[in-house]
Amino acid sequence: MKKEIVIIGGGPAGLAAAVSAYDAGVRDILILERDETAGGILNQCIHNGFGLHTFKEELTGPEYAARYLKMAQEREIEISLNTMVLDISPEKTVTAVSPERGLFTLEAEAVILAMGCRERPRGALAIPGSRPAGVYTAGSAQRLVNIEGVLPGREVVILGSGDIGLIMARRMTLEGAHVKCVAELMPYSGGLKRNIVQCLDDFNIPLLLSHTVTAIHGKERVEGITLAEVGPDRMPVKGTEEYIPCDTLLLSVGLLPENELSKSAGVALSPVTGGPVVDETLETNIEGVYACGNVLHVHDLVDNVSAEAAKAGLSAAAYVQGKKTEKGDSFRINCGRGVRYTVPSTVYRDEKENVTIRLRVDNVYKNASLNVYFGEEKISGCKKNIFTPGEMETLILLPKQWQGREGDLTIALEDNA
Amino acid sequence: MFDAVIIGGGISGSAVARELSRYQGHFALLEKENDIGEGTTKANSAIIHAGFDAAEGTLMAKMNVRGNLLTEKLAKDLSFPFKRIGALVVCHEGDDREGLQKLLDRGIANGVEGLRIVEREELKELEPNIADDVVCALYAPTSGIVCPFLMNIALAENAVANGVEVHLQEKVEKIEKTAEGYRLTTSKGVIETRAVINAAGLYADTLHNMVSEHKEEIIARRGEYYLFDKDMGSQARHTIFSLPTKMGKGILITPTVHGNLIAGPTAEDIPDKEDTETTPEGLGKVRKDLSRNITGINTRSIITTFAGLRAHRPQHEFLLGEPEDAPFFFDCLGIESPGLSAAPAVGEYIASLVAEKLQLTKKEDFIETREAIPDPKEMTPEEYNELIRREPAYGNIICRCERVSEGEILAAIHSPIPALTTDAVKRRVRAGMGRCQSGFCLPKVLEILHREFPEKPLSDFCKSGQGSAYILGTVKEELA
Repeated sequence: MKKEIVIIGGGPAGLAAAVSAYDAGVRDILILERDETAGGILNQCIHNGFGLHTFKEELTGPEYAARYLKMAQEREIEISLNTMVLDISPEKTVTAVSPERGLFTLEAEAVILAMGCRERPRGALAIPGSRPAGVYTAGSAQRLVNIEGVLPGREVVILGSGDIGLIMARRMTLEGAHVKCVAELMPYSGGLKRNIVQCLDDFNIPLLLSHTVTAIHGKERVEGITLAEVGPDRMPVKGTEEYIPCDTLLLSVGLLPENELSKSAGVALSPVTGGPVVDETLETNIEGVYACGNVLHVHDLVDNVSAEAAKAGLSAAAYVQGKKTEKGDSFRINCGRGVRYTVPSTVYRDEKENVTIRLRVDNVYKNASLNVYFGEEKISGCKKNIFTPGEMETLILLPKQWQGREGDLTIALEDNA
Repeated sequence: MFDAVIIGGGISGSAVARELSRYQGHFALLEKENDIGEGTTKANSAIIHAGFDAAEGTLMAKMNVRGNLLTEKLAKDLSFPFKRIGALVVCHEGDDREGLQKLLDRGIANGVEGLRIVEREELKELEPNIADDVVCALYAPTSGIVCPFLMNIALAENAVANGVEVHLQEKVEKIEKTAEGYRLTTSKGVIETRAVINAAGLYADTLHNMVSEHKEEIIARRGEYYLFDKDMGSQARHTIFSLPTKMGKGILITPTVHGNLIAGPTAEDIPDKEDTETTPEGLGKVRKDLSRNITGINTRSIITTFAGLRAHRPQHEFLLGEPEDAPFFFDCLGIESPGLSAAPAVGEYIASLVAEKLQLTKKEDFIETREAIPDPKEMTPEEYNELIRREPAYGNIICRCERVSEGEILAAIHSPIPALTTDAVKRRVRAGMGRCQSGFCLPKVLEILHREFPEKPLSDFCKSGQGSAYILGTVKEELA
């Protein structure tokens, strides 16, 4: 079967991409969603705080998902549920399977990658010790509590202060569990400031920076963990080990864009983000293959995902409608001091629209400016009291800022005088 | 009254059970855990060794070479994954080349076929990522890799199909000699049997010492491993060994039958036979040696670490057969490496001893083959679609990393030895075995288990052993 646009994933990114492609005039759109409902991980995020930018109100995850699902349904965009994509070829042949449709293939004109991300498991950290029940990624625990209605633990230690870990510290506490502490390897948290305040501080849950779990104990079920301070080299400091009895260890130690399918399509990935390398249209190195949301890079706010995905939807629509002009020369966006990555990483010089650049810094910087240079020439800057890796930064670049200028763009953090 | 009771559902016990089920009689296999293969069998290098390593004339050597020979047909008959990928024992610049020659001579004496020493140029062809300072290697083309879980399960399931009773969660606590044979007192009651087969792995010494004055000792020798994601699976094409040392075969690197890469094991004697903890020291040792023989191994692709215990006998030789002071009691004791490779031969040998002693006659209706759970990944698109038409659950992917469908999970749950824990499901169909390590599929697998056994609360479902429950309560339980 042929399709103009096939979207892999029916979470917030896939839904927003579909809606914007539809509104740009494309009708032949199919979303492939592996779960039994659309909405992705939002369905288990029953806390509020979603939609402040997009809808100017505070929604829960399922409410936010429902808004986009409604928009998709109003447009009669087809969503194939329980459908697992098994392969995407470089020629954009998508192979998928579902109980209803069996194994089937689609010849897509454009593909939008919106598969989201997965959590880093315990094994990736190689935490020594036993392998009992009671070690969960924060997201698995979230699903058990919020969807299945069960309590995966009572005496809880959380390793990693990513946003899901912080949210789950509060969630487990509200369900009667005792969260003993949140340990963070880095000297700063990877989560949003608002989550640290609302999920830890408000419940007197200690956040132990520069700490890690060095061993897991218990043969069948977790009985305790060993916690230790880490030095500047992030290695445990001998003599600081402390045994903490607990029945549960939750891990919130990073999210990894899930790009196994992208690889099968030949999409080039960034070693920094783990997501595809894209230009300002969010097109990957494979023509007609776009990426958005957490499969591209991990976001903190779903509002940013929706905005980014809408752009991918527009670009894919322009591509299948033949509106896209031949791509000419482009400039690179270089990561200067303090900038870990940017999305996009290149911009076409004849781009007529504003370009949104999303980026993360690589450390905590106080009283600094994020400055944008073309060669030696500074073209813009933004001053802030604090930059942290846990909060994504957004810059808007106007066409007049690159038109007539040569060379590449560099974004760098500089201390304020 | 049983004719024979096998104690231990690991690879050896299951192999004996399967071979014994060729004969007429009343047999049982007792396993103390929630599933078979929960001990040494589930955590090792998953290699069917060629047989050049054990000393000439030993049972280890004989059983290894014979076991290797039997595995190919067994894998076909019982449908478990086995690949004869070959092994290389590599020799670095400045290493003792004579050691390699000795291995070659020993292998030839043991009857291993096809062994030869390959020089750098050919070696590079065989193994493109071989380290620069490797000058030559012993090439053993008959060496293979296997899925130890499925090999174990296949043997036991075939035994069940041929009439052997498998009792899970039944631990033998006492063995007494009786006029007719032996009386076993177990965690569930009393069992009378004419003969006993002791395949209790790490605890084979305890059982042996209950009936014999010739005392035996089994020491737990721990080995730690790294498991890598499938992007590293073709980094090595063969099983790569370093020249062996006194403490074992050293760190090896090998692809697995499922396309992953495994590195390990360490060798450390420990006092606690239950201590399968990994350690910073052990993992550090493996990590240090990762790039010694093969280049390009990326530690970012590590999916998990694990440790297994070998049942080490100080004599470093299998003990197979009856102690002179305990007739009708058959030991399979000291089954450490190459125990997995030897298992088919050990099963054949012990079964023949038992059959002779009990004067058993062969069945005419022995079922030689066993079918595996359908694996869509091995099917043509037409076959897969036909399967989904018949059973739509095979089209519902539950474990995204390993692409395991609901149909496969259901088949595992309702298999001849039912998978009642998430680990038992994982070992049969690989749900949770992949890169996310069950982060996404665990809640779904629990849900499916619960759906199939609705009378049991969700908090009854375990990871593996009793007490390894995932769920400790419900939300809002104070309000209930």
